[in-house]
Amino acid sequence: MTLKKANLLVDSVKMLLVIVVALVLVTGIVFAVSSEPSNALYNFFIGPFLSLRRVGNIIEGACPLVFTALAVMIIFRAGQFSMISEGAFFMGAAIAMAVSIAVPMPTGIHAVACLLCAAAGGALVASIPAFLKKLWSVSEVVTSIMLNYVVQYFAIYLVTYHFREMQSSSLASLKLAETSLLPGILPGTNVHLGVIIAILMCVFCWFLIYRSRFGYQLRITGCNPSFAHYVGLKETGVMVGAQVIAGAIAGMGGSIELLGMYTRFKWTETPGYGWTGIVVALLAKDNPLMVPLAAAFIAYINTGANIMAMNSDVSSEMAQIIQGVIMLLIASGALLQRWRQKLIDKAAEQEQAAAAAEQVQA
Amino acid sequence: MSIILQNIFSTEFVYMWIRVVTPILLPALGGAICNRAGVVNLGLEGIMLLSALAGVLGSAFGGGLLAGLAAGLGTALLVSLVFAYFHLNLKADATICGTAINTLASGFTVLLLFTITGEKGTSASLKSFSFSTVNIPLVEDIPVIGKILSGHNLMTYVALLAVVAVWFLLYKMPLGLRIRSVGENPNAASSVGVNVRRTRYIAILLCGALTGLGGMYMSMGYLGMFTREMVAGRGFIALAAAAMGQSTPIGVFLSSMLFAFFDGMSNTLQLLALPSQFIDMLPYLATIGGLTAYSIQRARKAKRRLAE
Repeated sequence: MTLKKANLLVDSVKMLLVIVVALVLVTGIVFAVSSEPSNALYNFFIGPFLSLRRVGNIIEGACPLVFTALAVMIIFRAGQFSMISEGAFFMGAAIAMAVSIAVPMPTGIHAVACLLCAAAGGALVASIPAFLKKLWSVSEVVTSIMLNYVVQYFAIYLVTYHFREMQSSSLASLKLAETSLLPGILPGTNVHLGVIIAILMCVFCWFLIYRSRFGYQLRITGCNPSFAHYVGLKETGVMVGAQVIAGAIAGMGGSIELLGMYTRFKWTETPGYGWTGIVVALLAKDNPLMVPLAAAFIAYINTGANIMAMNSDVSSEMAQIIQGVIMLLIASGALLQRWRQKLIDKAAEQEQAAAAAEQVQA
Repeated sequence: MSIILQNIFSTEFVYMWIRVVTPILLPALGGAICNRAGVVNLGLEGIMLLSALAGVLGSAFGGGLLAGLAAGLGTALLVSLVFAYFHLNLKADATICGTAINTLASGFTVLLLFTITGEKGTSASLKSFSFSTVNIPLVEDIPVIGKILSGHNLMTYVALLAVVAVWFLLYKMPLGLRIRSVGENPNAASSVGVNVRRTRYIAILLCGALTGLGGMYMSMGYLGMFTREMVAGRGFIALAAAAMGQSTPIGVFLSSMLFAFFDGMSNTLQLLALPSQFIDMLPYLATIGGLTAYSIQRARKAKRRLAE
């Protein structure tokens, strides 16, 4: 067994273990709080697969998570802990709403314009904690979280004072322009063009991180900023760049969610996709190509929780509990570490033995 | 504008200022202890939320304030223990650990509230207890000062006393010395026989207790019930206050007062014809501004020291 294989084996087993532990915990909680646990569990686990529309829900639900997870992944890769993807996502959605309603444009171009403006808005928001950190080393963790609240209120202000539908009793924007909406691609579901953009974005991010010059600098900076500095990289510039790119991706995700799934802006608080993106990014283990799979898994849990809430007495917040548990367990570096070390030692021994044998032959 | 100024320079405003500092000061002091031990506890928000609910449930079903206090404190300590175990034993990153705790907390509180009351918004249907207000004898009779200092919630006085207690702990007790040494240089501390992990466990638990009191104040003092997401970022603001106060009790107290001022301002400014969303933003903007101002000044100082 080679080193790479050993790591892969341990990582896979750990992932499986994490998911099993999380699901066992869910079952336990359901049994504790529900008067009809088997019905609730059936709806949770099997429910999402019972109709095409529900499978569609999983795919639609995964779409925004892909964007926020990619954003989180790039930020974490730079060794930064900005939580801005939540705010950037919401900012993107708000700006897409403004462009969609206020600026008439022909079909197609309108959507592209919305997406690009949203990306710019997300990048702008994400650059604030990044620059504060670069200029005066202000902790990006706290400033980004505070900024998320600011963005939330700003977006609600935009809707309330400039784009509000007066006929509606609850807070909702005017109707988004038809010309800007993303068309559906799977009849019988709400799956929209954004899903394809999401997958393309994963491929783009894989290239960005693993095949581009910037990605190389990013990985070095994230691993060891002092090393990056001494080999002549502008490490703080790389950190800012990563956060700006991440903000743009999250912002675009916000606009895609709005234009693909809604006809009005109806959120009254940030929907939490940024936080969920952290779980997805951790599940995907630094690999953008794994993000769609991880996002689909979390979306499956969210869909299951919603179906369970509709058909039983357990509330849909169960999904958040699972996410929290998965986050805790995956982040645990020491989990299975001893086994990993043993396998690595063995791999090294074998390699040495093979090398020795070769020498003897020569 | 003059109405606003008049409002700020009134005894009512100062009274409210002290009232709103309580749920920032308590977790900020806890966060400071953690920082001193070298652990950044991002889970303050979640711990507050969970203990806020636990306090309400405990007092409603345990039939009294003491039961509520026990439930709230117990929950805060338990969650802190989970945080400590995952961070210290399983080597999970503290930021992710804290975020996980916060995610868990916001899901679990609503799930539990819904299971027990059938509602997702508030615990209004439960008959829970609140901490009583305390009138300080003699002080309450002093003209202006009496109105400001007396008649606060019990937890407010606990918070103010906690400033002194944390100061005593950090600077006058052997445990405090150990906590500071572990944070400053864990290897050095370990080499002279300080058990780094155990000391950090203690720091995280102490932080949990203070944060739990802050959380209970939210649902058993500030308001008389639990509402979902009622902590609204105060845990994070507290973390900012701890950082800005350089994790010294006095510094933490002053920066908490600063952030609470803007929290109180946002109550007063509702009188203006401004869009309410801008007023709602104020505490968060002030936290970013305060943290930035502090960091600029720290960066300047560092530069000057380098020049000398």
